[in-house]
Amino acid sequence: MKTLSDAACTERSLMLHGFIDGELDAAHSLEFEQHLAACPQCAAEVAKYRAMKRVIGKSDVRWRATDALRAQVLAAVEREASAGRAAYPAPWQAQPAPRRFDLYAFIRQWSFVPTLAALAAMLFLVVLPGQHQGTLEDELLASHIRSLQVDHLTDVATSDQHTVKPWFNGKIDFAPPVVDLASSGFPLVGGRVDYVGGRVVAALVYRRHGHIINVFIWPAPPGDATTAMRDGYNLANWSNDGLAFWAVTDASADDLAKFRAAFDK
Amino acid sequence: MSKVESRLFASSTSRQETITGPAVDELAQRFRQSVLPELDAAYSFARFLCKDGDAAHDIVQDAFVKAFRAYGGFKGGDVRAWVFAIVRNCYRDWMMAKRRVTRFEVTSIHEDDESPLDAIASEADTPETSLLRKTEAEAVRTVLMALPRPLREILVLREIEDLSYRDIAEITTLPIGTVMSRLARARREFAKSWSSDPAEARA
Repeated sequence: MKTLSDAACTERSLMLHGFIDGELDAAHSLEFEQHLAACPQCAAEVAKYRAMKRVIGKSDVRWRATDALRAQVLAAVEREASAGRAAYPAPWQAQPAPRRFDLYAFIRQWSFVPTLAALAAMLFLVVLPGQHQGTLEDELLASHIRSLQVDHLTDVATSDQHTVKPWFNGKIDFAPPVVDLASSGFPLVGGRVDYVGGRVVAALVYRRHGHIINVFIWPAPPGDATTAMRDGYNLANWSNDGLAFWAVTDASADDLAKFRAAFDK
Repeated sequence: MSKVESRLFASSTSRQETITGPAVDELAQRFRQSVLPELDAAYSFARFLCKDGDAAHDIVQDAFVKAFRAYGGFKGGDVRAWVFAIVRNCYRDWMMAKRRVTRFEVTSIHEDDESPLDAIASEADTPETSLLRKTEAEAVRTVLMALPRPLREILVLREIEDLSYRDIAEITTLPIGTVMSRLARARREFAKSWSSDPAEARA
């Protein structure tokens, strides 16, 4: 295969690769081009490696991360961030108040702080009674977070709306509208059934850049559209055709409004 | 530790100064915006290193937690190169752990790489691609996976991720000269297997 026999060309081998990769400075690049014009062997090598580069560089050679991995990494970052909120004092608190400082030093020794923080948050979400609407929102939020933490974001993982919709048949007693909003920047990730507010509901999963949007759907009498913000998550609620829709996400309120508009169209 | 590496990892030691209560949210937001988009690239690199989908999954998750902890001290520069350097470190940790385990099991202590089992993809990438089909991309992956790890990683970083010699030298902590000679060797080896691969005769 190797056609370089000439010693001078062999010495140029590294230069040849530097030339292909655009890593030579102007002077060497020019020199090598002149050599190429005179040396068919090197010219053939360059052509061969350039063709190879195109084959390896095709986009489908690269592996793609799974949605499960994406969700887990997002959840891990959220855990780390909330551990950071809980475990690290603000700079102005760090120097004075020796008792608090000791407490922080104590906490910092424990590696299970992230777990504790997450656990505490979950207990709060589940245990704390609130007014009616608050409880539902808390439950939806807990469900959203749970869907990111376990490796179970979707039961049916596909971006094909015609696969997701029939999948719900027989699992729930209503037919949720499944639309693919990839063209609006919200690709469909999949669906699953979930349990919220004492009943089985449909959950559709969409993605906005790195963010996951869970849409919970169940039959309900029409009500007013509302939006809410809880613990940094945005929630939106609307109803349509006898179904109630709740979207929960860590994407911005702005994105959520766009999503709602696209979903409702 | 090379100068470059210390630039990349200066951050990890200074975590407690850099992450504080109120700043964490802002930091997490910036991290999601600028580092998370590299998740595919990180996963791909990890998988080409360890040749195993599940292991790559764990390595990348580990790497992103470490990256987030170190992110407060990240001084800028190429985010992808920075993430790759962390992924590669996590891969090395994984290798060490694996060696410790395999020592108590049968035979194959002797090398990181070449177990035929590793070549089998362990998870479907997406439902749509799980259909069995031998594409040119898969042929490329197969040839890449058969190369020794030091050559494979250089080729992946250069041809798939399109990184400069300097970035590759930083990630692999090799001198640039070594990067260049390995790249030349890697390309020769790839060309040799590619032209003898029946899949290519078909193309």
